[in-house]
Amino acid sequence: MMDDRSPMTDDVVLSVQDLHVSYGVISALRGISFEVRRGEIVTLIGANGAGKSTTLRAISRLVPIQQGSIIFEGVDLRAVPPHEVTAMGISHVPEGRGIFANLTVQENLKLATWGKKDQREIQQAYERVFSLFPRLAERRHQLAGTLSGGEQQMLAVARALMRGGRLMLLDEPSMGLAPVLVREIFDVLREINAAGTTILLVEQNARQALKLAHRGYVLETGTIALAGTSQELMDNPRVKEAYLGG
Amino acid sequence: MQTLIQQVLNALQLGSVYALIALGYTMVYGIIRLINFAHGDIFMVSTYVAFFIGTALMSHALRLPGIVAFGLTMAAAMMVTALLAVLIERFAYKPLRQAPRVSAVITALGVGLFLENFTLATIGPDPRFLPRFFSVQTFTVGGVAFSNIQIIIIAVSAAVMLLLDTIVRRTMVGMAMRAVSWDKSTAPLMGVPVDSIISITFAIGASIAAVGGTLFGMVYTVDPYMGIRIGWWAFISAVVGGIGNIRGAMVGGYILGFVEIFTPVILPASTYRDFVAFSMLLLLLIFRPYGILGRPVAQKV
Ligand SMILES: Nc1ncnc2c1ncn2[C@@H]1O[C@H](COP(=O)(O)OP(=O)(O)O)[C@@H](O)[C@H]1O
Ligand SMILES: [Mg+2]
Repeated sequence: MMDDRSPMTDDVVLSVQDLHVSYGVISALRGISFEVRRGEIVTLIGANGAGKSTTLRAISRLVPIQQGSIIFEGVDLRAVPPHEVTAMGISHVPEGRGIFANLTVQENLKLATWGKKDQREIQQAYERVFSLFPRLAERRHQLAGTLSGGEQQMLAVARALMRGGRLMLLDEPSMGLAPVLVREIFDVLREINAAGTTILLVEQNARQALKLAHRGYVLETGTIALAGTSQELMDNPRVKEAYLGG
Repeated sequence: MQTLIQQVLNALQLGSVYALIALGYTMVYGIIRLINFAHGDIFMVSTYVAFFIGTALMSHALRLPGIVAFGLTMAAAMMVTALLAVLIERFAYKPLRQAPRVSAVITALGVGLFLENFTLATIGPDPRFLPRFFSVQTFTVGGVAFSNIQIIIIAVSAAVMLLLDTIVRRTMVGMAMRAVSWDKSTAPLMGVPVDSIISITFAIGASIAAVGGTLFGMVYTVDPYMGIRIGWWAFISAVVGGIGNIRGAMVGGYILGFVEIFTPVILPASTYRDFVAFSMLLLLLIFRPYGILGRPVAQKV
């Protein structure tokens, strides 16, 4: 079953069971279940409106959960307020990057160290981020709103690295970027994963996402339609037809 | 020339108070896009707190030095007023955060009316005077006369504004305030507790108004309706400077101080000053709605 690239571990970091979320009368998630194991890159692919962002928002407790459970490292997140989810070890790169355009690059990074006391650890995080993204170091005193789209996405990932979670959630990091930049960002994600961070990647860009991930789930209108290793999904005729352009 | 300099000092003194109150309007608008029409009345309450505590502290039995009594009065007024503002936010505004903005504005007006009438009913309409913390000393330099009170008001206000500017620009809480102002849904992903940051913003805005209230009370009388006119002038200051912009509120406050003092000098009567102030507001809203220092950015709310 398991892809040879997949890290051999049974340690489930995140387990989502029968998750239901709705916005008023619109039901966005209708009972999805999936899990992410330590060291994996798992991708959730699906068309626009399938419920990918809602899934990540539910994990970060930004939207109310109707039913179901989200267990992170053995703790049910339903009782955790949003700003404490990240302190438990989850960093979330939101859809549309969510950078603070009215803050400088440096301030965006600094804010992401909210609640962290260990100055040495913070210093190391800066060094790591600036070595991964030298362009951010060059522009650290610029307002983040003046960065290009690619740079903003780098800043969004850098901010998540400053938070230093063990699980990183990414919501369409390739959105609106030129292919060369997408490759750059995905290379960094591979590096981050190799250094020990588990990744849950949401993408419409199924081809790129499946190339990067060990396993994947296909989300269709709020339900999980398919699951498997990346290779299995890439070979699946339905996936080929609907998500990989034939 | 001497009278001109004297008028400038008067304008700076009054402008300081407008600026301090304008900061509360602008900070609350910045963080939750609400024009807190109760803020003028929160200022009014702060002057009453200063009146009661100041009177108690200056009673002869205590024999406190004036400067100590002044400092304690201001600190107490800041704390009580901050608590009041935090409670108002928590119980009147927070439940309406997802509601149409007009509901919160109407609620703010209602809270203001409540504060006015509550004060009227419990304390009465008579104007009150704060005790004299300092005996008035007048100095004359080059023919220009000014008092120690004037200098205290201008200097304390400037110091408080400098402190606030430093907090907002240099500290983590200040950064969080700016971040929450930009995007409330991303801030928690950074670990920032949005509700607490909003409470802190209300507390800071109100305590700065209380600094203004204590200083104002050293020169003018206190009554339940004082917050209305001063609230309007401070609100106009905030809009003139660019609502949501902290340095703008400071600049706007001084501009309105000058408008108030110099209108009677230039125009035939002081009755024109409200006309001038509101005309400025209108012209600005038409030609430069983002104010003098505000920037026309498409802010994410
Ligand atoms: N804030 C919202 N209010 C109402 N409906 C929403 C909101 N956000 C998303 N939806 C709806 O929920 C469904 C899932 O959306 P989303 O999770 O954003 O999908 P995806 O990220 O896969 O494109 C869609 O039908 C969308 O229209
Ligand atoms: Mg989405």
